[in-house]
Amino acid sequence: MTRSVIELKSSAEDRRIARHAAAAIALTVAEAAIPLPLPGIKPGLANIVTLAVLARWGWREAAWVSLLRVFAASLLLGQFLAPGFFLSLGGALASLIALGGAIRLPRRWFGPVSHSILAAFAHIGAQLLIARLWLTPHDGVFYLAPLLGGAAVLFGLVNGFAAAALLRDSQKPDMARPKTDGSESRQDAPSQL
Amino acid sequence: MRPPGAWRGLLRPGDYLVAAAGIALCVYAGFNLWRGGAADGVIVRAGGKIFAEAKLSQPRRIAVPGPLGATVIEIEPGRARVAADPGPRQYCVRQGWLSRAGAVAICAPNEVSLILTGRGGDFDSLSY
Repeated sequence: MTRSVIELKSSAEDRRIARHAAAAIALTVAEAAIPLPLPGIKPGLANIVTLAVLARWGWREAAWVSLLRVFAASLLLGQFLAPGFFLSLGGALASLIALGGAIRLPRRWFGPVSHSILAAFAHIGAQLLIARLWLTPHDGVFYLAPLLGGAAVLFGLVNGFAAAALLRDSQKPDMARPKTDGSESRQDAPSQL
Repeated sequence: MRPPGAWRGLLRPGDYLVAAAGIALCVYAGFNLWRGGAADGVIVRAGGKIFAEAKLSQPRRIAVPGPLGATVIEIEPGRARVAADPGPRQYCVRQGWLSRAGAVAICAPNEVSLILTGRGGDFDSLSY
């Protein structure tokens, strides 16, 4: 019997995505322990990671991190393929689409806080739509819209600030470092992010 | 230690705009979605036919003739009631002021009914 060895080579990008996704999953699981005032309203702390990855590594990596987080966290929390999972997936997809647009806004004027709020609104928009079409086929769900919108602004701001602070602080060591090893080790340095 | 107010450095000009637009959207949605339930008009029926329709803006008294006599409907801004009725049990009078869309007072013996209209009533339809 011959043994065949399948070797999967992971690139630096793969490891980076895995690391960021792991951080996002940890935040989601931790957040699940926080009691919520209303079902459906939660801070979405994992999006801090998505926002930071988006700003630094681009939309493709942010999409990987966000979707890996949705699948893995739902498995961990026993929500996989439950209604909550589809709400989560729909929200994540809508947010990614919104972020794809938001990242094209001029960087000088719009930072992570803008991205965060826009994504939060896309998130609740998609979730309300899914809830209306599938879970609660009644216009009554839209009565929640102002509350969810308020939460989107509040948590969008909070997460945006967190992401902006994270980006600012993780850039400092880069700048402070002597120029000699600046370019080569840049691949490793942002791993703190 | 960062100086207090350093958090402002994390915001870019457009961020204020986006946040303000978000808040405005919420307030707008709140006003439009949560205003339902307030009544704005009244329909008075006698013997199953519409006897009078009125807005709940001006104070007004309407006397509605029925088989037993006249039922008196009183309208004030935002509310309406059956002020007097010749019926024996006075249920519709004792209901007092009605102010929510969809609220009904029925004076069955005199075949008079009072219903408040407006957006977002508590029920879809009513038959009696």
